[in-house]
Amino acid sequence: MNKRIHTGQFARLFAAHFKEIIRKPEVIFWGVIFPILMSLGLGIAFTGKGDIVRTIAVIDAGIPSDPAGGPAGAIGGFLERHAEKIPAQGRHPARYRIDLDNENLGRTTFYFISTPWEEARTLLKRGNLNVIMEESAEQIQYHFDPLNTDAQLIYLKLSAMFTDNRAQIPASRNEGIRPLTLDGTRYIDFLIPGLIAMNIMMSCMWGMSYGTIEKRSRKLLRRMVATPMRKSHYLASLMAVRILMNFIEGVLLVVFAWLMFDVKIQGSIAAVMAIFIAGNIAFGGIAMFTSSRTASTEAGNGLINAIVMPMMVLSGIFFSYHNFPDWSIPLIRILPLTMLTDGIRSVFIEGAGISGIVLPAGILTAIGIIFFSVGLRIFKWH
Amino acid sequence: MRAHASSCPAADPVIDVQAVYKSFDSVEAVRGVDLRIMEGQFTAILGPNGAGKTTLVEMIEGIQKPEQGSIRITGLPWRGNEDALHRIMGISLQETRFVDRLTVFETIRLFAGFYDLDNGRVDEIIDMTGLCEKRDAYVVELSGGQRQRLALGLALLNHPAILILDEPTTGLDPNARREIWSILLALKKKCRTSLVLTTHYMEEAEHLCDRIVIMDAGKILAQGSLDQLLENHCAGKIIAFSLEPDVDVSDAAWMDGPFPVRWNTDQRKGSFEVTQIENDLPAFIDYLKARQWKLKDMECRRKTLDDLFVSMTGRRLHE
Repeated sequence: MNKRIHTGQFARLFAAHFKEIIRKPEVIFWGVIFPILMSLGLGIAFTGKGDIVRTIAVIDAGIPSDPAGGPAGAIGGFLERHAEKIPAQGRHPARYRIDLDNENLGRTTFYFISTPWEEARTLLKRGNLNVIMEESAEQIQYHFDPLNTDAQLIYLKLSAMFTDNRAQIPASRNEGIRPLTLDGTRYIDFLIPGLIAMNIMMSCMWGMSYGTIEKRSRKLLRRMVATPMRKSHYLASLMAVRILMNFIEGVLLVVFAWLMFDVKIQGSIAAVMAIFIAGNIAFGGIAMFTSSRTASTEAGNGLINAIVMPMMVLSGIFFSYHNFPDWSIPLIRILPLTMLTDGIRSVFIEGAGISGIVLPAGILTAIGIIFFSVGLRIFKWH
Repeated sequence: MRAHASSCPAADPVIDVQAVYKSFDSVEAVRGVDLRIMEGQFTAILGPNGAGKTTLVEMIEGIQKPEQGSIRITGLPWRGNEDALHRIMGISLQETRFVDRLTVFETIRLFAGFYDLDNGRVDEIIDMTGLCEKRDAYVVELSGGQRQRLALGLALLNHPAILILDEPTTGLDPNARREIWSILLALKKKCRTSLVLTTHYMEEAEHLCDRIVIMDAGKILAQGSLDQLLENHCAGKIIAFSLEPDVDVSDAAWMDGPFPVRWNTDQRKGSFEVTQIENDLPAFIDYLKARQWKLKDMECRRKTLDDLFVSMTGRRLHE
C-alpha cells in the first residue's frame, strides 16, 4: 500500500514537472532550437568550402588609382602583367585581382587596391584588409600585425609571388599536399560534443536551480512540504525530468548534426550514455547545492551566472582551452564542464569506449553526489 | 502512526499553544502566547499587519519552530509526528503562487497525490470551490479570488480535522470575499473541522468565527466570543460626530470641556465613550448649543472590535 502511494506521488510529481517545462515555449526554444541553430551557424561558418578572399592595400605610389592609367613601380608593373584589372563597381574602387588555384586547397583570391596610407590603416583596423604593401627605395615593404597568423600566411604567399615574379605559388619538387579527411577532424566534430555538454550544464543550472529558487520565492515549496509529500520524491522527480529533457535535447542535436554535417559518434554508445548520465548527476548536484538556500530570484540569477560563466569561457566549448596559459590548464581540466566536454569529445571524435571515460565519469558522479548531499543537508524548504 | 482529531476526548484542545516565543533578528514576532482551540471551533486571530499572526500560525502549522514554549496538535508535538500531523491538517499560506502553467485540475491532482486521493476527490474539491468553469484553465489565468479558492480547495483536499488559513481574503473584493466565506460556512455546517484563520478584517472575524483572538505586537490582548469581548471590554457606547465646516474648533477647546473627545482637526470629526447615553447625549447637545457649534452629522452606537482595538493599542486595525 505504502509503496503504491509513493509511486503515485512520484509519478504525479514527474508529470507536473514535465508539463511545467514543456508548456513554456521559451524552454523549447533555448533547450532545443537554439543549440541546433548555434551548431548550424558555427558549423557553416567554420566548415564551409568557400573560396578564401583577401584584400591587400598598396600605398599610392605602387599602383595608379585608376588601373587604366598604366603601371607605376615594381608592384604596379607586376600587377599589370599578372593580374586582372577590374574597374570601379558600386562601392568597390578600381582594383586588381589574382586567383591562385590549387586542386587540393581550393582557390585563394587576392584583391589589390590603391589607397593613401591613412585610409589603409583605417581599413586594416576595421578588418577590411589584411596586409598593406608599400614600395620605397626599390624595395617592397609589407605592413601587418605579426601576431595575426592569417596575415603572416598572406605575406608568405605574396612574397613568394613577387620574388618569383609569377602569379602562382612556386611548388617544390619534393613536396605535395594531401588533405586530411579523417573522421572527426572538422570544427563541427569538435563543436557538437561541446554543445551537448554546455546544454547539460545550462539546463540543470537554469532549469533545476532557478526553478527551485523561484518555487521557494513563491512559497510553493513551503506549501508542498506542509503535506505528506516525500522530499526525496520531489527532488528525484525534478532530477528525472531534467535527465529526460537533456536526453531528448541531446538526441535531437546529434541527429541534426548527423543529417546536416555527417557528424558521427566514433566510440561506443554505452560510453556516451555513461558520461552523459555522469554529467547530469554532476550538474544536478551542483544545481541543487546552488539553489539550496536562496529565496530571491535576483540573487539566484547572479549566483547561477557566477557558476556557469567561467566554465562557459574556460572549458573549451567553442575553442580549445589549450590556447590559455600553461599554468591555467591543470585548473581548467578539473572544472566539471571541462571534464564532461572532454569526456563526450573523447567518445565522439577519438572513439573512446567505456574504459576511456571511467575516470571522468566517476569523478563527475562523485562531484554530483557530494554537492547533492551537502545541498540537501542545508536545503531550505520554508 | 496516524493521529485523528476524534481520538482526543472532547475536553482536550486540538491545538494547544503554551508560552510560545519567536523572534527574527532583532524583531520579537511572538512574545509569550498561550492559545487553546477546541474541536469544531472556528477561531479568528485578528490583528493589524505585523501583529505576529502569521508567525504564530506558521508555528502551529509546523513550518516555524518556536524558540520557547510548546505546541501540541491533538496532543502530539510536531517533532517525530510530522507525517501524521500533515495528514490531519489543511493549510493555506498567505499568497502562495502555484505553478503558472498547470491547470486547476492538474494542480489539485498533484496535491491529491500527496494524500493518495483519487480523481473523484479532485472533482469534489473543484465543485466545492466553484471552479468547475476553470477546471482546465492554467493557474496563471485565474483571478485573485479564484486563486484563493484554489488555495482553499487544496487545504480541504484531505478532509482536514484542523484547517488553518492565513489571511484567506486579503486583497479580495467584497464579492470574492463572500464566496470564500460561504465555502467556510458550508463546511461549518457539515463537518467538525476546527478552523483557525488570521485576518485584519473585523467583519470577517465577526461573520465566520465563534471565537476571536485579538493580537498585537506579538501578544494576545483579549480573546473570547464576540459578545464576551464586547461585554467585558466594551461596556460603554460611542458618540461620533462631525461639525459644520465654518466652526473653528481646536484640540485645546475640547480639552477644557467636560467630554473626553478624540478630535481630528483635519476631518473635523470627533468621538468619545459614554456610559450613560441617556444623560450624556442631551448634555453634549446643550454643550454644543451653548457655543453655537453646528453639528453636521452624529451617531450613537455600541462599541465594536475596532473601538476595542483602538482603546487597547491606540491604533486602528487597518493602520
